Amino acid sequence: MKPVVAALAAALLFASGAGGVAPPAVDQALIDGDTMPPKLSAFGLFAGNDPARPVASFIYTLNTPLFSDYAAKHRFVSIPAGKKAEVADDGTIAFPVGTVIVKSFGWPDQNGGRPVETRLLIHRAKGWVALPYIWDADGRDASLAIAGRRVPVNFESPGGGAHRIQYGVPNKNQCKECHSRAGAIVPIGPKARNLVLPATMSADAKRRWFDRPEALKPAMPRWDDPASGSLQDRARAYLDVNCAHCHNPEGSASNSGLFLRWTDPVNVNYGIGKRPTAAGRGSGGMDFAIAPGEPDRSFLIYRLESTDPGIAMPELGRSTVHKEGAALLRQWIAEMPKASH
Amino acid sequence: MRFQSLRHAATLCFVAAFIAAPAAAKTISVKAGTPDANEKLQEALILAEPGDTVELGAGVWKLTDGLSLDVDNVTVRGAGTKDGAGSILDFSGQQGAGEGLLVTSDDVFLTNFAVLNTKGDGIKSKGANRIVYHQLRVEWTAGPKETNGAYGVYPVESSDVLIDSVYVRGASDAGIYVGQSKNIVVRDSIATENVAGIEIENSFDADVHDNIAAKNTGGILVFDLPNLPQQGGHNVRVFENIVSDNSTPNFAPKGNIVASVPTGTGVLVMANRNVEIFGNVFDQNGTANVMIVGYRYDHKDPNYQPLPKGIVVRGNQHGKAGYAPAFEGGAEIAAAMGGAIPPVLWDGAGDAVVLDEVGVLSLNLPDVKTSRDQAKPAPVTLKGTPPAALPEIKLPASMEAKVQ
Repeated sequence: MKPVVAALAAALLFASGAGGVAPPAVDQALIDGDTMPPKLSAFGLFAGNDPARPVASFIYTLNTPLFSDYAAKHRFVSIPAGKKAEVADDGTIAFPVGTVIVKSFGWPDQNGGRPVETRLLIHRAKGWVALPYIWDADGRDASLAIAGRRVPVNFESPGGGAHRIQYGVPNKNQCKECHSRAGAIVPIGPKARNLVLPATMSADAKRRWFDRPEALKPAMPRWDDPASGSLQDRARAYLDVNCAHCHNPEGSASNSGLFLRWTDPVNVNYGIGKRPTAAGRGSGGMDFAIAPGEPDRSFLIYRLESTDPGIAMPELGRSTVHKEGAALLRQWIAEMPKASH
Repeated sequence: MRFQSLRHAATLCFVAAFIAAPAAAKTISVKAGTPDANEKLQEALILAEPGDTVELGAGVWKLTDGLSLDVDNVTVRGAGTKDGAGSILDFSGQQGAGEGLLVTSDDVFLTNFAVLNTKGDGIKSKGANRIVYHQLRVEWTAGPKETNGAYGVYPVESSDVLIDSVYVRGASDAGIYVGQSKNIVVRDSIATENVAGIEIENSFDADVHDNIAAKNTGGILVFDLPNLPQQGGHNVRVFENIVSDNSTPNFAPKGNIVASVPTGTGVLVMANRNVEIFGNVFDQNGTANVMIVGYRYDHKDPNYQPLPKGIVVRGNQHGKAGYAPAFEGGAEIAAAMGGAIPPVLWDGAGDAVVLDEVGVLSLNLPDVKTSRDQAKPAPVTLKGTPPAALPEIKLPASMEAKVQ
């Protein structure tokens, strides 16, 4: 896949409508409608259906992203002309009806660097709809896979090591399992505390798409950059992004009583000295999710380091162990004073 | 129905959304044994509309990923639960998801199929009100193993739950587990060779009756645990069940609360208030037919009530019990009492009324913070006036109609 900068340049080029040629535009009627087109190209979200050329209001990255089998992800948002996203005081971003949030997943060694899948989160009048598309073998278009699929993927992880996995493209329901709040689908990535807009994005462009662009201050550190925050804050950022979409009182794991949002206090409901609720063999024979000072006696670590579906956390979206993420949490737990629970 | 194309199916959704009356309910039949059976079945569960039935063909389904249903008022119906003739969902090769089937919508009816050898839980329903589990088999076919999934059928955070004529074997936690729910009936079901046969946890208003809980570690558990969104479990009736030979050595992974259940437990009440145990037939439970205890672990939950309160035991038949008490010091107590302890065991915390004409052993540990090694076991009489009888659980007529 082309670097983000190139994609950005393309997006800006299209936004300017250079050369008198009508700029490519998304099919807003299709986005606003009620259908699930079998081909991704129908939406017009990519110029020439080239994943490197998003037809974007803006592209974005996240300070701390969700781990998805070391996939590189490219994200952008399409907001209908004349509408704006509203940034609430608590940092949530309310995108207007007609918005599409687009996320493509790929690996440099796979499909010649083209994406393997592209997921859409579409804000329709009746609520958000999640649609997964898998790119066809010829790379020209992507096909709807509402029932999900296992796709063989080979790649090399950053720390070295070849991986051959059956990458799980989530089905429509599984999209909702993570993107769920009180039973309704919601975006989970773009929040003021984590969203990073391109440095080259002009103030005018920001004002065009956000009612209060000044409120977009990413408070969460980068999980893998010690200069960006303390060990605990980086661990908390990692847990927020990778776990808290389910582990919150309105999420899919509400019944666990384990709540891992950035804003949650680090106490028993954050896992400190918390006994398993419905972990089954996910407990790994241990008494506590987090045993301060003892990562090897903390089943939170045990579950992060497993790929067995009866043990592994998160339950979806991961076929490999994120060694670097687990190492961060190990260090965080190891440095907690033992007597604190 | 065969899917002509996704666009066609999507058009149906589109049309349905724009007419006032719901589209006529349809049956979506899916065949077992095709190479893409997993995807086709999942597709059917996604494209089903309220009122529809997803019909599982007979045969063995080799599934690699968990299934999920998020559409209200859908029936999932198989051809039966028996090997050879039924609809067998085999998860032996499961690669992902924490359960075999996950239901997150209301008014769902699951009937006549089997779920085998899931890596995690068998069938889970969360926030799924008025769900009916009926004539299902959930089994880990190699029998008790620590590597089996935790729960067989697992409704949680739901109101109005019916589990009727379900068979569960081999769960490494509870065969039939109802957690953090309200208004529950578990009946006419069989739970065998699980750690806990049937468990009602952090739940309100439940009737557990006419079940067979045999050869588990513990037959029927009524628990309340701290640090959970719903706690204060109460109003549970356990009646007219057969609870026998719960002799399977505990095979739960350590750390889980059921790992502490002594082998040979019939009915175990931990914390909770107003639990009635009556009209059951108990036999061959080596630790105790009925055990009533407080929650004796450390916790920091100021809202948690760790004592059993208002527990009533009456009108049960007691066969042989107490001959192999599998808790620390149990063997010594049994030896001192002539080889067996009485069929009803109380740790001395909270309060209970036992009207059955059998002995009761108290460990005399009224404070749950007191260590168990301070136990002063002695027979006790708990005759008294029980609180007013709990009312029968009534489920919405729409649920009962499904199983008629």
